[in-house]
Amino acid sequence: MSFEWIKIPYALLTLFIVANYGFLLTAVMAKIAARVGRRHGIPVWQNYLDLIKNYGLRSSITHGVMFYLGPVFRLTGGVGLLMFVPTIYGSVMFSNMSFAGDLILALYFVFFGSLGMALGAGESGHPYSAIGVSRGLSQVTAAELPFALAVYAVAVQYQTLSVTEIVAAQQGGILHWTLFTNPIAVAAAMLSFLGSMMRPPFDVVLAPQEIPIGPPTEYHSSYLALMQTNRAIFPIAKIVIYMNLFFGGAASWPVFFLKVFLIYLVSVFVGVAFPRFRVEQSIRWFLIWAVPLGVIAIVIA
Amino acid sequence: MKQELEKRWVKGPDGVDFEVEPLRDYYCEAPPTVMPAAYSKIIEGLFNWARAESLWILGFGTGCGAIEMRPLMTPRFDAYRYGIQWRPTPRQSNLFVISGYLSVKTLKRVIRSYEQMPNPKYVVGLGSCTINGGMYFDSYNTITRLDEYLPVDVYITGCMPRPEALLAGFEELKRIIRAGKGEGANQYAERFDWYKANQKRVIHDWDMPDYNW
Repeated sequence: MSFEWIKIPYALLTLFIVANYGFLLTAVMAKIAARVGRRHGIPVWQNYLDLIKNYGLRSSITHGVMFYLGPVFRLTGGVGLLMFVPTIYGSVMFSNMSFAGDLILALYFVFFGSLGMALGAGESGHPYSAIGVSRGLSQVTAAELPFALAVYAVAVQYQTLSVTEIVAAQQGGILHWTLFTNPIAVAAAMLSFLGSMMRPPFDVVLAPQEIPIGPPTEYHSSYLALMQTNRAIFPIAKIVIYMNLFFGGAASWPVFFLKVFLIYLVSVFVGVAFPRFRVEQSIRWFLIWAVPLGVIAIVIA
Repeated sequence: MKQELEKRWVKGPDGVDFEVEPLRDYYCEAPPTVMPAAYSKIIEGLFNWARAESLWILGFGTGCGAIEMRPLMTPRFDAYRYGIQWRPTPRQSNLFVISGYLSVKTLKRVIRSYEQMPNPKYVVGLGSCTINGGMYFDSYNTITRLDEYLPVDVYITGCMPRPEALLAGFEELKRIIRAGKGEGANQYAERFDWYKANQKRVIHDWDMPDYNW
């Protein structure tokens, strides 16, 4: 099997575009949420300023090797998730390193970041980090379950584990999207999407009023800069997976930008309208509403 | 000093007796070091500009002035437009607003939080109580001059200053930072003994290490 070395610069170009889009899009979403609250919110370039400031801090305190590796794992999860799925369908330049079984690898990378973060936060020794980690892992586990069920239902429906082939099967019109051919799986996956975007009502893990910031309590300066970079890349990468599996993929960059914006807006719509759940309430919500949908999707597929 | 912070003998889980001195063993004893601007002027100018445009305030309302900080988060004054955010942990914040009178009890906690913040960090004194004691100048347990205990960058006068006065004070702080003069942390490290002597003179129940980072 041959490997074309030209793929590496193209993959880095995709990463660069997606990272910048992530920084601007998270700021735009914060501005939208601020407009709902009748104020103007942060400037759209604020994420870049925060990144430069955090990187430029002169002192940083480490708690050990795992503390250092926590943000590294998290960024690896985000970048890895992006690198192994095709971003623009049909383009040789932007299809990254996708291959035959990349659907399972995508599922793995979605969870990998949280695990690394949990280990790193645990090493920091702060009790608030430990509480945040236990809440975060239990909520992410409960939110991953309907997503995994929906992904298997879609894999069974299209008889393939390659994201490129799933996107290929959805071309030819809006009614070919998985949204219309397998709506129950998409419903389960979108309910799980709300949970993993860490927005209200499921943001008790990172809520600053609950416990000071949760898992990233002890992280600062360069560590925090790495994690903020991941917070820009990881949602976009996850939405790329959703877009490719359920909403027909994107054949060009403008369509990509529009679809990612609209899917992200779904979580913002729900987020600005609802208050926060406690962790046991959110786990119960996933087990009652989202998991049965996923099970039904697998059974009828 | 609290009983668990004294030097004592403990028996380990495997039956071996060993001596432990918590303040020395569980904390690091190194005093703060001066961390100069290590890069060329252009890069340091870029960093100073980013630090000025991204002020993260520690969410610790030390006195009655904190009530004037809350309206800044509301739609009427909206400090988020200026890049100001409130962070709940000292590890992630770089601006400490001492809002109002500072009792000796709070001063001990303020010192602990201030020393945990990473370099470079800034302090803003809010209200007249930080300048000369204000309304509580003759009280038995408040301090009268904040400058003797922490390096202060900007004072905002008033009792209490209105939120617009706070925003003007933050603009002044941004000018100071952009000019490269926001080196309070290095000043704290240089005159560390003087600050520590002042602090220990008023705080009588000192049960922390000398430098809490």
